[in-house]
Amino acid sequence: MSIQIWTYLIVGATFALYLSIAYASRVKDTKGFYVAGGGVPPLANGIATAADWMSAASFISMAGIISFSGYQGCIYLMGWTGGYVLLALLLAPYLRKFGKFTVPDFVGDRYYSSTARLVALICAIFVSLTYVAGQMRGVGIVFSRFLEVDVNTGVYIGMAIVFFYAALGGMKGITWTQVAQYGVLILAFLIPAVAISLKITGNPIPQLGFGGSIAEGKDAGQFLLTALDKINVDLGFAGYTEAFGKGQRGMLDVLAITMALMVGTAGLPHVIIRFYTVPSVRAARLSAFYALLFIAILYTSAPAVGAFARYNMVNSLNGVAYADAPSWFKNWEKTGLIAWMDKNGDGIIEYRAGAAFKGKPVFEDKTGQYGQPLLKNAPTDTPNELYVDNDIMVLANPEIAKLPAWVIALVAAGGLAAALSTASGLLLVIASSVSHDLYYRIINRQASEKSRLLLGRIMIGVAVLVAGYFGVNPPGFVAQVVALAFGLASSSFFPIIVLGIFWKRASREGAIAGMICGIGFTMLYIVQTKFMGVAPWFMGISPEGIGAVGMVINFIVTIGVSMMSSPPPEEVREMVESVRFPRGAGAAVDH
Amino acid sequence: MERYWKTNLRYMVILLSIWALVSYVFGILLVVPMNSIMIGGFPLGFWFAQQGSIYVFVLLILVYFLLMDRLDKRYDVHE
Repeated sequence: MSIQIWTYLIVGATFALYLSIAYASRVKDTKGFYVAGGGVPPLANGIATAADWMSAASFISMAGIISFSGYQGCIYLMGWTGGYVLLALLLAPYLRKFGKFTVPDFVGDRYYSSTARLVALICAIFVSLTYVAGQMRGVGIVFSRFLEVDVNTGVYIGMAIVFFYAALGGMKGITWTQVAQYGVLILAFLIPAVAISLKITGNPIPQLGFGGSIAEGKDAGQFLLTALDKINVDLGFAGYTEAFGKGQRGMLDVLAITMALMVGTAGLPHVIIRFYTVPSVRAARLSAFYALLFIAILYTSAPAVGAFARYNMVNSLNGVAYADAPSWFKNWEKTGLIAWMDKNGDGIIEYRAGAAFKGKPVFEDKTGQYGQPLLKNAPTDTPNELYVDNDIMVLANPEIAKLPAWVIALVAAGGLAAALSTASGLLLVIASSVSHDLYYRIINRQASEKSRLLLGRIMIGVAVLVAGYFGVNPPGFVAQVVALAFGLASSSFFPIIVLGIFWKRASREGAIAGMICGIGFTMLYIVQTKFMGVAPWFMGISPEGIGAVGMVINFIVTIGVSMMSSPPPEEVREMVESVRFPRGAGAAVDH
Repeated sequence: MERYWKTNLRYMVILLSIWALVSYVFGILLVVPMNSIMIGGFPLGFWFAQQGSIYVFVLLILVYFLLMDRLDKRYDVHE
């Protein structure tokens, strides 16, 4: 069977699975809709959290990014896992004991203020919207690459599927679907990872093959990483394991970005609300462990895949005549993810440091003398002739490792599972922020259960439409706004939630001032450096890492202003006291 | 009750210190000197940055869960 038939079969089968799970777990009340009835077992919640967390970017792009950045890929590896330690130790158990539906719920109640609730809900919507736009685009791209449909058609199909199961099942439907999606995405990631590890190092476990030696070829017997260091240096790059080489980020910047991603992870509303769905405080702690365990399976394989793919790519392409290039190269050339510009006219592919030409490849309708598609792009003056997109390292892996067609189809299904699972969790945050926090808690306290559930479903629909709009018309700044999402999450929620739990004196005035200063500084810095061309002026920290500074500002301002304002009322202090002891958590309560 | 909370805070401080040590200190601040030590095919600092710190994170959460489970029972605040 051809790759395409396999892809239709496997993607179709997984979609049918998701939809039947959603139908089986449809809900009738707001508690089921927002927090899955508070009855999700810790293991299932851990798996669902892992699927929720790992997006299209983690699945498709991360290994490739690491492959090109070497050591500095640790920013994402540590940044997107370390936050779970903060979640498990500082937030999850206490928020579970608090037992309401959303993050703005906690902020509004703890700081006895509708203003604080409103600031929190605007942040929650903004962070989730920027994030979800990228996911819908991811769905469209996977569709277009594997099924040869238009990107926009792919986005529409994704919108329909995710609307159906999120509106029908709410958090309950999403959770159980995510459990299935995790299974699909981890298989789709690990099968090619094991195959390529075997091929290059002879060891089936990627995490061990990563530190093992090369099985055959001219570098046989050498450690993979040692060989990669040498290859990189020979081609004019910084060594693969070298920490702060030329043209790379400095130590302070690496530190700031890692911290901003960790703290941002712990402050992302769609991650936090997962811990409201488990039955007890103990279950919240345990499910944080399961979540990181299941995330770590992919996150410790990804850097290994990145290293294998780089070794393989350089060896099978650099110095090879175009006519002898492997078949995967020519298959993926059509997608524009990889391109070759024969600058010196010798018919041999040369890979060196620096961009081969300006911008993304734009093909002419002609082929050159070696049969290669010609490019319209203006060449740069580097000797490099090869353009390689990050994503190809995962997408082309099954072909590079010569795996059967059904594995390639499974990778497509895995990419879709990663994008859909993340999108659904984010849509629920947006819907609950509007229908629960804004409508029920601020506008109409008398709203009936039935009308709130209906509004929740309608808001999922609205959020799907907005996300779909951005998926079809991606704003030029999608890549940039991800920095914004993490920056805002770390500079807004994290400090005031932590202080709200661990410091009874933290007051309404402190929290509002802290959030506004933290967000204000972070936004100003990102807008200046990303959109207005200002050089990073704060100790050279790049915009991706500035959330760490925003967080510190938020902490300082919240503490300072709280000391100067009147202390919180007695009932708030009692609430904080009760949050600290597990007994009596009960289920999440409506209120 | 005061003692329960103090013990919880002590566990947190210890575990978070290990968290910061393996990621920020071993993985970033000391990565250059630690890279001169090879463990199998891995330069040690690089291993902490791309593998080791993640394993330690998973263990830290497990240890916190086990410690708190025992503590909850000792102070009779478990559910």
